[in-house]
Amino acid sequence: MMDWQGQKRAETLMQILLVVFAVAALGIGYTLASFQTMMLIYAGGVVLTALITVPNWPFFNRHHLKWLDPSEAEKHPKPQVNVPTTTKKKSSKNKQ
Amino acid sequence: MHSFGYRANAVVTFGVAILAVMCAMASLSVNFNSPSPTADVKVLNVNWFQKQPNGNDEVSLTMNISADLSSLFTWNTKQVFVFVAAEYETPQNAFNQGNNLKGKDYNLTLHWHIMPKTGKMFADKLVMTRYSLPEDYK
Repeated sequence: MMDWQGQKRAETLMQILLVVFAVAALGIGYTLASFQTMMLIYAGGVVLTALITVPNWPFFNRHHLKWLDPSEAEKHPKPQVNVPTTTKKKSSKNKQ
Repeated sequence: MHSFGYRANAVVTFGVAILAVMCAMASLSVNFNSPSPTADVKVLNVNWFQKQPNGNDEVSLTMNISADLSSLFTWNTKQVFVFVAAEYETPQNAFNQGNNLKGKDYNLTLHWHIMPKTGKMFADKLVMTRYSLPEDYK
């Protein structure tokens, strides 16, 4: 369970982390002239990002949603809905 | 962001899109330095020079090839395919067809194909001139 603020945080964090790892991987790989190093750094970054942003960590659930209090809800009952369809059918049968 | 599956899908999709950008940049990073190999081919021996039954001539050469291809290998090079080709002209055909090649002049060309880890493959060549076939069949 994540609240709305937490979802926003998770999404932003994911985007920033992935871009940072991509830039770092490109830079280090180019400097060391090793394609494999670039791929490994980035793959590690993707796994780490997934671990941080995908599960429901409590950190993402700090701004609890305010549901309506039950005692307040009882003071405003739900409106009743009339059912006119059955009466209409009966009147057409009577005409025959 | 509403569920575990949604976030997992978002990470994978965004991750792959960024990977595509990274590969494009890696490929571009080597595009602009043009490679400059050197090569020297000596023909040590003409092993045979015969006329085949179907009318074409056949030549077998022993060559000593020394080349410096280190500028072809970058961090984005997977492998380099190298070969030497012989090229000649005849009055009938501009390129590599025909027979009766006694005493003919020909060029030896070193071709290379650079196959990248990501991106476009580049091919180029180096032409070396002034080789001659013998005057007689042997």
